[in-house]
Amino acid sequence: MQDTFAILIDGKEAAAHAGETILDALRRAQVDTPTLCTHEHLTPAKACRACVVELKGSRALVASCERKVEPGMELRTDSRRVLEARRGVFELLLSQNDVSAAPALVLQAERAGADRERYRGQRYDRGLHDDNELYVRDYDKCILCYRCVEACGPDVQNTFALTVAGRGFSAGIAAGYGESLPDSACVFCGNCVAVCPTGALMDKREHTLRAEGRWDESRYDVVQTTCSYCGVGCQLELHVDRRSNQIVKVTSPGDHSITQGFLCVKGRYGYSFVEA
Amino acid sequence: MENTDLIILWGSNAREAHPVMFHHMMKAVRRRGAKLVVVDPRRISGVEFASMYLPVQVGGDVALANAVACAILEEGLEDREFIERATEGFAAYREVAFAYRPEDVERETGVDAASVRRLARLYATADRAIICWTLGITEHHNAVQNVHALINLALLTGKVGRYGSGLAPLRGQNNVQGGGDMGALPNRLPGFQDLTDPAARQRCADVWGAPVPAKVGKHQTAMFEAMAEGEIKALYVIGENPVQSEANLHHVRPLFEGLEFLVVQDIFLTATGEMADVVLPASASFAEAEGTVTNSERRVQRLRPALKPPGEARDDLWIVEELAIRLGVPGWAHRSAEETWDELRRVSPIHAGMSYARLEALGGIQWPCPSEDHPGSPFLHGRLWEDPVGGRRAPFVAARHEPPAEQPDAEYPYMLTTGRRLADYNTGVQSRHYAAPRGHHEVLEMCEEDMARLGFASGDLSRVVSRRGAVEVRVEASRKMRPGLVFMSLNHPDEVATNLLTLDATDPVAGTAEFKATAVRVERVAARAEAERPTEEASGKHA
Repeated sequence: MQDTFAILIDGKEAAAHAGETILDALRRAQVDTPTLCTHEHLTPAKACRACVVELKGSRALVASCERKVEPGMELRTDSRRVLEARRGVFELLLSQNDVSAAPALVLQAERAGADRERYRGQRYDRGLHDDNELYVRDYDKCILCYRCVEACGPDVQNTFALTVAGRGFSAGIAAGYGESLPDSACVFCGNCVAVCPTGALMDKREHTLRAEGRWDESRYDVVQTTCSYCGVGCQLELHVDRRSNQIVKVTSPGDHSITQGFLCVKGRYGYSFVEA
Repeated sequence: MENTDLIILWGSNAREAHPVMFHHMMKAVRRRGAKLVVVDPRRISGVEFASMYLPVQVGGDVALANAVACAILEEGLEDREFIERATEGFAAYREVAFAYRPEDVERETGVDAASVRRLARLYATADRAIICWTLGITEHHNAVQNVHALINLALLTGKVGRYGSGLAPLRGQNNVQGGGDMGALPNRLPGFQDLTDPAARQRCADVWGAPVPAKVGKHQTAMFEAMAEGEIKALYVIGENPVQSEANLHHVRPLFEGLEFLVVQDIFLTATGEMADVVLPASASFAEAEGTVTNSERRVQRLRPALKPPGEARDDLWIVEELAIRLGVPGWAHRSAEETWDELRRVSPIHAGMSYARLEALGGIQWPCPSEDHPGSPFLHGRLWEDPVGGRRAPFVAARHEPPAEQPDAEYPYMLTTGRRLADYNTGVQSRHYAAPRGHHEVLEMCEEDMARLGFASGDLSRVVSRRGAVEVRVEASRKMRPGLVFMSLNHPDEVATNLLTLDATDPVAGTAEFKATAVRVERVAARAEAERPTEEASGKHA
């Protein structure tokens, strides 16, 4: 039996289950909460601060993605302090990041009432890292959510090719000691691409099609099938352009018990034999 | 896999060959604190996460498993209650195991006795443990004995038939399990039913409207023998590339040349296809066809068409049906994949409950699934824990150490073992097309000590010679190797035909060849600078 108890969300009583996060309880209570770094299959990095709430008795705002519920907690998600903090998170991101490939982030920023023009400072200008034919890295779009680091590291892949290097405004995701991906420990599973919320990491094919103005999701069907390689049986989502009869991207369903959205290099990128 | 306490990777390089399975293993390690043990001649990369690494000799697996059993028995750590209730043949097994004291068989196993005893304690005292193996166990001339040796360990300690405990052969291809399940074995009917069982034959005959011959067929090795003797004159090959994938290719190729008629059905014109009288172009099943495949955990999952196949390529199912129709077989017509599957459900009791709708709704179902209200079976052999045991007791089958058919000697001083690399797959028919960032190339992996002894630097060209053939390949320093051991994959046969070297000593029951153990010598051909690759292809950018 699950241990269930009551907490207060914005003055209303809500049910919470022992062991879950505040964010879990907020979502069950259908309280709209912005999130950027949290991911259902990754350890929360508590990096983005978009999901903060006010907790009675706590001096600082708490990250709802990480803090576990406790009986009798009194939370506010609609106070001025919370709303301003969230808006500030998005305004700072908008001031430095290229968000052109992050519609979900833009939507959340709009809902938080963020003003694009509030802060005018330095913008990221790090250039595109295009050093292999499978995926590219555009760190002008990176919000340092750490999802890729967690997926490459102990949560999923255990490859540890990606890390965060530098401090402050210069902090960024790096492969090893800044070498190219083919020279790093990267095995090109693309699981970092799968969890990237802003398009900073993007399959080369999608990146090329977007750059040429030919990326058009209205033309794509998504068909779920089983990978053609080893015997694990990973489920693939083939994103297929109906007009050109071509696969434009391969992903995996996040809710399937085998993959949880994660694949290997052949599953994600080894499909081009059907085009040969 | 995520809910076990000990995972033994025995002859399995899961981190490269089954990467997503390795994700699950690492969840057990990181979230549950499970221990990982690697038993492999190569110091594979998974070792960095392992509590123990046992550098077993190539072909020393039975000796090592028996030594582990001996240590378990000497310390009285066996599960007596389970053995007495659920197994048979223990006395004979025990006697054999005692002949393998860890201290006495270090030469055969390659593993120091203290490590063997430590593994014995770890395995016997774990609450739940899984032994995973791959081709390191089965690509040997005594493959079946190797498997028995591992099964015996599970029976000895009761590590089978419980959630989180068991024996897990990791399948190398997306439907190698399903192919066998569908009856593509010489002695089985669909649903793994015994061909010699009259009731099973009758069940099929009733649905198929034709009698089912009781004669056991030939596995591939026996078919090759029959081709050599002229008994088999025609061959129909579907989705296989045997003139590159089989061992001892100098022997295999003439067998195919000697056929009167060869039909090859494949998605590409493979090297085998180039020899064929008739080539039937097939669609790529995972993206261009409807159907099902069955994975390592016996989970049946759907394949769905996303693309229109190129040119005249047709679905495998359509081709086989069309062939039957044109041969005038009564009762055949073109049917959908689902209709064909529903027929299978009528002849195979373990698949009976798996409608397409349920496969869709449940994200795949693990057999046995006998009825539409059955959820499927996450693990097998739970009956062994019933008291009294349900059905037949599980037999110990004592295995004895037999070294590989070839041992290194003065003329061929190195042991070549083979396998798959992460970015590539089998004979490369599928995998060579995508732009792998480090290219698709073969190398001979060798330890630095051996390279120094032979005067090699990484990138130098070598000639690798076995009793059957020779290939030229670049040498690469590898920390996975130890002195006397070298490694190549089979993934790039057009560049380096590794199987010209390998030995076709085969297991008498399974027919599997000993791809894992070939005695070779390594000769120097040219330094790297003299033999740079001629084209830009090396970068793999335009595969």
